[in-house]
Amino acid sequence: MSVLPYLVAAWLLLVGCYGMVTSRNLVHLIVCLSVTQSSTYILLLAVGYKAGAKPPIFFEVPVGTRAVDPIVQALTLTDIVVSLAVSALLLALTVQAHKRSGSLDPSSLTILKG
Amino acid sequence: MTRRARLVVFLAGAGGLAALLLWAISGLPSFGNYQGPYGNVLNHVAVGARHATNVVSAVTFDYRGIDTLMEEFIFFTAVIGTTLLLRAQLAEEEEPADDDATDRRTPAMSDAVRLGGFVMTGVTFLFGVYMVLHGHLTPGGGFQGGIVVGTGVLTVYLASEYETFLRVSSPTVLDVVEPAGAGGYILVGLGGLVGGASFLYNFLPLGVTGQLPSAGMIPVLNAAVGVEVGAGIALIVAEFLEQTLQVRKKQQTA
Repeated sequence: MSVLPYLVAAWLLLVGCYGMVTSRNLVHLIVCLSVTQSSTYILLLAVGYKAGAKPPIFFEVPVGTRAVDPIVQALTLTDIVVSLAVSALLLALTVQAHKRSGSLDPSSLTILKG
Repeated sequence: MTRRARLVVFLAGAGGLAALLLWAISGLPSFGNYQGPYGNVLNHVAVGARHATNVVSAVTFDYRGIDTLMEEFIFFTAVIGTTLLLRAQLAEEEEPADDDATDRRTPAMSDAVRLGGFVMTGVTFLFGVYMVLHGHLTPGGGFQGGIVVGTGVLTVYLASEYETFLRVSSPTVLDVVEPAGAGGYILVGLGGLVGGASFLYNFLPLGVTGQLPSAGMIPVLNAAVGVEVGAGIALIVAEFLEQTLQVRKKQQTA
């Protein structure tokens, strides 16, 4: 039984969280969040994989050819779009945070200004 | 909380999470041994029922069509949010310049970058449109192709001046094109209601499997998403570039 892809997903999740917790730069933090999110892509694709199967695309390939699960691939697509949306919004917030506080260090954002 | 304390709290939590993850992994079916019924059923029926050879597209735009509508609006909301957050604010005028060497001249762009960008722009844009239009046949679709189209617009900036980029991806035009893509998806969905069936029910002819005009509404929805994502990416890029370049220009004129 091979569990390597699942372990890679778990590792990416944990290492991305470690990066976010120890980050000293908001842009670095957002990249770490992207790494954390990529663990879900690997998990989804790994769950739907069949050994030796083809992609679920039957263009000039007869229907009935052994193919991997198309549903998890569609879910991964959704996942990637959400990740893109989150990154764009967070980067915009980072631009504003830098304008207000003059710093990109997350720990310097603890002071509230009225 | 100090960095050290934060790290200790994290390591304790991460250790627990890692243990739970390992426990969960041990209960998963072994890799490469997918058993679930739905994927196998769709792989067998989707081509015959929807005349789309790309089953992933059939799932995204037909079987899960309403979810994709929501997904499209997540992206739409993110573009609106980015535009709102990056809008010019009154307080910005008082900000001191970060760049101390304001008299430093920007180095001229190399010919290699200019020519490379010039060649890439057309190719990238065309490839993006191809991916959008063939989404129901081969790998690709509105989201993937839209991103490539948006990248093609970005290469215009890389190969030329910011002013040229603004002419290609004018925020005024994109502000209209982007919602038009999002609204187009809803209009196609309403087409099903007009025919007396449910929202997003396929009302277009299915055509011959494997040909470009086939698979009913799937290529139309792909095109709507492609327009929305392509325009959205170009808009996001334009907003971010505006932030740095307008400030820089203000410094140069001052």
